Amino acid sequence: MTFMKSLLGAAAASALMAGAAAAEPAMIYDLGGKFDKSFNEAAFGGAERWAKETGESFREIELQSEAQREQALRRFAEAGSNPIVMAGFAFADALGQVAADYPDTKFVIIDMVVDAPNVRSVVFNENEGSYLVGMLAAMASKTDTVGFVGGMDIPLIRKFACGYAEGVLAVKPEAKVIANMTGTTPAAWNDPVKGSELTKAQISQGADVVYAAAGGTGVGVLQTAADENILSIGVDSNQNYLHPGKVLTSMLKRVDNAVYDAFKDGPEMETGFQVMGVANGGVGYALDDYNAPLVSDEMKAAVDAAAAKIASGELKVHDYMADDSCPVLSF
Amino acid sequence: MDRMPKWADVVLIPLISLILAAILSALVILGIGEDPVAAVKMMVSGALGSTYGWGYTLYYATNFMFTGLAVAVAFHARLFNIGGEGQAMLGGLGVAIACLYVPWPHWTLALGGAAVLAALFGAAWAAIPAWLQAKRGSHIVITTIMFNFIASAVLNYVLVNVMRPQGSMDPATARFSETVHLPTLHELLAPIGISFSKAAPANVSLLVAVAACVLVWLLIWRTRLGYEIRAYGHSETGALYAGISPVRITMIAMLISGGLAGCMAINNVMGEAERLVLNATEGAGFIGIAVALMGRSHPFGVFLSAILFGFLYQGGAELALWTSIPRELIVVIQALVILFTGALDNMVRMPLEKLFLSLRKGRA
Repeated sequence: MTFMKSLLGAAAASALMAGAAAAEPAMIYDLGGKFDKSFNEAAFGGAERWAKETGESFREIELQSEAQREQALRRFAEAGSNPIVMAGFAFADALGQVAADYPDTKFVIIDMVVDAPNVRSVVFNENEGSYLVGMLAAMASKTDTVGFVGGMDIPLIRKFACGYAEGVLAVKPEAKVIANMTGTTPAAWNDPVKGSELTKAQISQGADVVYAAAGGTGVGVLQTAADENILSIGVDSNQNYLHPGKVLTSMLKRVDNAVYDAFKDGPEMETGFQVMGVANGGVGYALDDYNAPLVSDEMKAAVDAAAAKIASGELKVHDYMADDSCPVLSF
Repeated sequence: MDRMPKWADVVLIPLISLILAAILSALVILGIGEDPVAAVKMMVSGALGSTYGWGYTLYYATNFMFTGLAVAVAFHARLFNIGGEGQAMLGGLGVAIACLYVPWPHWTLALGGAAVLAALFGAAWAAIPAWLQAKRGSHIVITTIMFNFIASAVLNYVLVNVMRPQGSMDPATARFSETVHLPTLHELLAPIGISFSKAAPANVSLLVAVAACVLVWLLIWRTRLGYEIRAYGHSETGALYAGISPVRITMIAMLISGGLAGCMAINNVMGEAERLVLNATEGAGFIGIAVALMGRSHPFGVFLSAILFGFLYQGGAELALWTSIPRELIVVIQALVILFTGALDNMVRMPLEKLFLSLRKGRA
């Protein structure tokens, strides 16, 4: 083990090297990966936008396993990164442990609430955005049967499904909504093959529009829908460009804005609880050149009218997480 | 007569293997356009340059000591236990059950209780492949590796459907209570005036792992059972002739092996996470094979190579955090070390043996 000893010698010489860049913001992506074309990529997009505008840099890491969450958080906090943004509900427990140890560091968690004085919790009203794309799905469907492919089976994803089903039934009360989940573990966020199989199964039951709320798994859903010549709906990021003319729309969840705002506010940010809904542009549906031929003016008018009603509070979309049940869909 | 001196066997060969792996890794890093010297510096300072780094290095090393010893004990009976990963997962389940459902009055008792349950769960998971090997001749390599997948599926099921607290979206158990919190090195060293990083997860289980190294050494070289295990490993027919039951030795060696692998959970589940999460083992069961190979199945060798692999793990994590060297490449570097120290042992050994033989002839 003389190798070790020589390394120890070198350690003394270079001990002060690491952690030189202090106060850079840091971004931690959840399982599923930075380039999942969906949730994590939206977060990356926000961080990139901030970096381009300010010319500054940020630290980032992609998690490889559940056990790394706390280490990643502590490592960034120890190195002086501030603020530290994490994308995903699964960080809640680790952050609850870590936040108190670094009172001068600001943390931002997306999709979950952690009650600590130095934590900003950003949650989205995905039910509202899903309601809007549900309406579009119902109007675009010829078979009156639409599908939903969720990622991991958790209340958060059921919230997507429930809002979606309400939107569908608001347009066509007799329509059928088929909902499937990819799995019960975080691996379900990155399983495009299973997503593809579920899509095929839903097509065989008559679905001709499929909404994927499944992170990286959704890539498989959108691909299969395009191959089988039916329409799909993307999620979180604008995924319309993936299969031009085949993706009806995307439910936008502006994770990028949440990250961008956090980076921009910097270490002096306000902490606490933030809700991003239709009213403040936190969620919505995507309309661009890629899907313009698919969304007619009447469809757009109907959805925009509903969005206005949701924003004014006139229309309430059921939130699955409020009472752990969905009046229009059973799982 | 040995073909080469003992020091060459235990020091020179691992050293040359390591240097070869280091050279190849440097070439790989050069190939993607990064500076290998800076990378090594970062690994060293990140893993050994602060008490924080040491805390993580020793934390990983503790894991690898348990799994390395597990593989080493089985090696002595010529059994290749690849199931350390699954046995450690099940050990985690044992620790979680002990910590969640038993109201321990003090952490020392909890540590004992959790270690016993972890060892029992790990041993039970090793018992089935062991029995299949001993009685049916089903190859232990195949069965233990298949049991890793079953273990992972069992944990999925248990964490998602049984042990997940009401209202939680994360497939993990509830937090263990404060009373079963194991003292970290920070808390252990503070009373004697040494300040150690508070954030690092290395904890009292490191001492348990070191004690396990000593116990395994006693078992293998100082007891009758250890002699029987080694005799069986050297020659099954010889052992049979000496009245040693192959079934008994296979079972006992694998039970000890599985128990040691299971005990890893007192470090990662009880000491670090303080709850059971999915994939808590992080591949430590497989690293244990490399650790045992490099440590030449001797507890002291396992101890040293566990620290080396702890360094590689923590240094690799630092590289992933602070450079653009992708995480996959760090796995490649770790794999090169494993390849050279474990699998390609003979590549270094044969020329060395020839060299020593010719030297000896020259002298005679």
